[in-house]
Amino acid sequence: MLGFLGFSSVEDLFDEIPASIRLAKEGLNLPEGISEPDVLDEIELYASRNIPVSRDLVCFAGGGAYDHDVSSATVALASRSEFMTAYTPYQPEVAQGVLQALFEYQTLVSRLSGLPIANASLYDGASALVEAINLCVAQTKNRIVWMSQGINPSFREVVNTFSAGTNHEIIEVALTRGVTDWASAPESRPGVIVVGYPNYLGIIEDLRSITEFAAQNDIRIVIVYDPVSAALLKSPGSLGADVAVAEGQAFGVGLNFGGPYVGLFSTKNEYVRLLPGRLVGETLDSLGNKGYVTTLRTREQDIRREKASSNVCTNQTLIAITVAIQMSWLGKSGIKELAKRCYSGTEFMKKRLLESGPAYQLVSDAPTLREFAVKTPIPPEDLLDRMLEEGFLAGIPVRHGFVGSDAEGSLLISVTEKRTAKEIEAFVNALQRVVK
Amino acid sequence: MGKTPQPGAKASSIPLMDGRAAEPTIFELSVPERTAASFRTTGIPLKEPSTSVPSYLLRDQDAEMPEISERDLVAHFTRLTHRQFSVDLGAYPLGSCTMKYNPKFADVSAAISGLANIHPNQPESTIQGWLELMVTLESYFSEITGMAEATLQPSAGAQGELTGLLIMKAYHKDLGRQRKNVIIPDSAHGTNPASVTLSGFHPITVKSGPDGLVDLDALKSLLDEDTAGMMLTNPNTLGLFEKDILEISRAVHEVGGLLYYDGANLNAIMGIVRPGDMGFDIVHSNLHKTFATPHGGGGPGSGPVAVSRRLAEFLPGPKPAVVGVNPNGSNKFGFIQPPKSIGRIHSFHGNALIFIRALAYMKYYGGQGLTEVSQTAVLNANWLRKKISDSYPAAHDVTCMHEFVASVSRLKKETGIRGIDVAKKLLEFGFHAPTVYFPLVVEEALMFEPTETESLQTLQALASALESIAQLSRTPDGQFEVHQAPTQTPVTRLDETRAARTLIPTFDASDAMAKD
Repeated sequence: MLGFLGFSSVEDLFDEIPASIRLAKEGLNLPEGISEPDVLDEIELYASRNIPVSRDLVCFAGGGAYDHDVSSATVALASRSEFMTAYTPYQPEVAQGVLQALFEYQTLVSRLSGLPIANASLYDGASALVEAINLCVAQTKNRIVWMSQGINPSFREVVNTFSAGTNHEIIEVALTRGVTDWASAPESRPGVIVVGYPNYLGIIEDLRSITEFAAQNDIRIVIVYDPVSAALLKSPGSLGADVAVAEGQAFGVGLNFGGPYVGLFSTKNEYVRLLPGRLVGETLDSLGNKGYVTTLRTREQDIRREKASSNVCTNQTLIAITVAIQMSWLGKSGIKELAKRCYSGTEFMKKRLLESGPAYQLVSDAPTLREFAVKTPIPPEDLLDRMLEEGFLAGIPVRHGFVGSDAEGSLLISVTEKRTAKEIEAFVNALQRVVK
Repeated sequence: MGKTPQPGAKASSIPLMDGRAAEPTIFELSVPERTAASFRTTGIPLKEPSTSVPSYLLRDQDAEMPEISERDLVAHFTRLTHRQFSVDLGAYPLGSCTMKYNPKFADVSAAISGLANIHPNQPESTIQGWLELMVTLESYFSEITGMAEATLQPSAGAQGELTGLLIMKAYHKDLGRQRKNVIIPDSAHGTNPASVTLSGFHPITVKSGPDGLVDLDALKSLLDEDTAGMMLTNPNTLGLFEKDILEISRAVHEVGGLLYYDGANLNAIMGIVRPGDMGFDIVHSNLHKTFATPHGGGGPGSGPVAVSRRLAEFLPGPKPAVVGVNPNGSNKFGFIQPPKSIGRIHSFHGNALIFIRALAYMKYYGGQGLTEVSQTAVLNANWLRKKISDSYPAAHDVTCMHEFVASVSRLKKETGIRGIDVAKKLLEFGFHAPTVYFPLVVEEALMFEPTETESLQTLQALASALESIAQLSRTPDGQFEVHQAPTQTPVTRLDETRAARTLIPTFDASDAMAKD
């Protein structure tokens, strides 16, 4: 091949690179390459230094990442190499598989959220929220954002990080006894209000008065929802959301140490020109057959460049397809049963825990669905450590993002459909032992 | 020694049987009361939510999910995969996207239970392996790019760009400077200007000279006290190395600006030259390109960012780090917050499973292997560039890096066949098309990036397919055929104008339209 090019050495290909900056002969200071089995052994070594959730470390942690069962069909289909090793469908004639799967995903997200337009997904729940805020600010030209403290504290951090660039004024509105205290918000009228549904502490807030306030004052509402709870609860769309966003991990995506997950994003028809990310639409081919393409591309950064309202040029296709497969596998009755099972397990745990002693107090009496925050007799961080020894991941300490709040120092406990009565009884018994 | 090695058979997205039959949507396959769901026995009595949740919070109507058996579900999605081209099926010379083969050991690595079954909020004592893995990947990535420290949080290249620009912003702010402009070449990826706007800077375009490289004089005339920095891809989107990089770097630094490296094209230079040694201060890379993690049909990717020493204190947090020593002498890992951190970028720690794949890939190749990866990528690109140059001359007839831009403008003048026609016809030869009409600075651009994983036999087959298309284009019948292409794929050319004009983004919109 070199001869064909008239070169004698592969080095000749790099003649344009100034010699003064070329790496020395020794090259990169990295370990020497190793064989495939050796690579697998080395990766196993990292794995051996973790303690994964399992029957030996029973997971009661949630907070945006949930230990659900994943169907075998989902695992098998989502690892098909045609889905895994394709790229963004730039040539739709040979990408109908991915495009149709995304079209179905968009329909599923639209139906669950009760809003007519869903994009082909965003990176994660937090990035979906950032994009939702950006859309609303672009639409209202009012850069003041009221964000409930009931939003996942990590999402709030991400919103604050990106507002350094967009110059949005993010005002956090505190929770009192688990419910957003909107009366404590400052006078200045926001362009956007962000609420959690259920909120981070698992509480299903009554959004009627705040959505009414928003509607009367030309304020956009962003609802950050839990997609499993949404099978039972009124949809964000029916509650008046302008944009609904969610972390979609609960449907068929393992815990995976937090990623890759997927951001679900849906909105009203009137905001479609400001929609971030990719959108798949149905069309016809030259023979009149139905087919799918990515559409409204003129919104996107590669065409609008600096005038684009989002810089997102990909999505989480494979994870979105995974979510679509798992949602379809669950189906109309299954998705409801999943949510009911989470609810039933959570209520079962709540009851056992409150019965176990007066030191366990709920942060709020407001209704919850799949997780709840509870005050414990010892600080939650210590409790968590001691419970590890007993084989439980007891939950998530409510600390970061809640300093000074009446919820600070509580423990956020989540029960999925995977948890059994036996595990919960054992958990409560272990608690008795460790806090003695 | 026997026969001449052959390329593979026509890799194809053409389905096995009656490929033209459209697959119904899953909603059309739905039959009331069917389900695939299966739940474990828990011993917990099922409770109605109305026991504790007020009725005004509960749905009156169930969400309309499909009702389908597992058998029909699996058949549906498997048939969809038969309508999808992928790297595993054949060559994918999509310029700027680095569609190399994704080794399977990386997928196996990512599925190991001790890594996958970890909750992101687990206490540090239970995730020592994960923290060490991330610290190791950060250090390998920093070594490859010649930088001091890195973050793995950004989910994709575009998010990496925004992260890097926010670091640039924090740096200037920390020095008490009001810098407002970021300079971008006219050949830059579209994400560059969009990211600049979203980071609160103002993008200023610097034009390329006739040689396709940044016009140094034009650049110097744009640099001043308002310059926050410059974003540059090197090699640039034309596949050319910006050989004046040291002068560019000096000029940007002289006005107090920072130089940002868009690592989309890192596959050309691993082990040969490092962005840090070229003078760059901030680098993002795409693990799904250079480090072979599967593209997943357009994601998940991963866009880590590495920075020089003076910018390390601004990196996103929480950041994995060595925080002490265990009683047995091994390193103790934990999360730290860099002192002037721009904050969190991702809901959790980034696209973690992608980190495993990238690290597995780096370990497999090692330093020397990665150098050979880049050498082969550049060799393959140059071989193809020269091989097809009679019919598809490169926009710049010089040695290219890992990709090159060919122009169809001469063929168009002679025959009326355009770049998009060549791309569509190529699909019928079992290849994915190159990138069409990018960068914008070249007329009728076809951007080829064959990558290092394609064999000489495959490149020969690709070149001969392209030559056949050029030959066809020179006859009237052939021109008709090329204009019609593709006709052998699951669908023929799709009406994109119709899709945009009559937006049908869901099955429900489609259904409503059909009923009208």
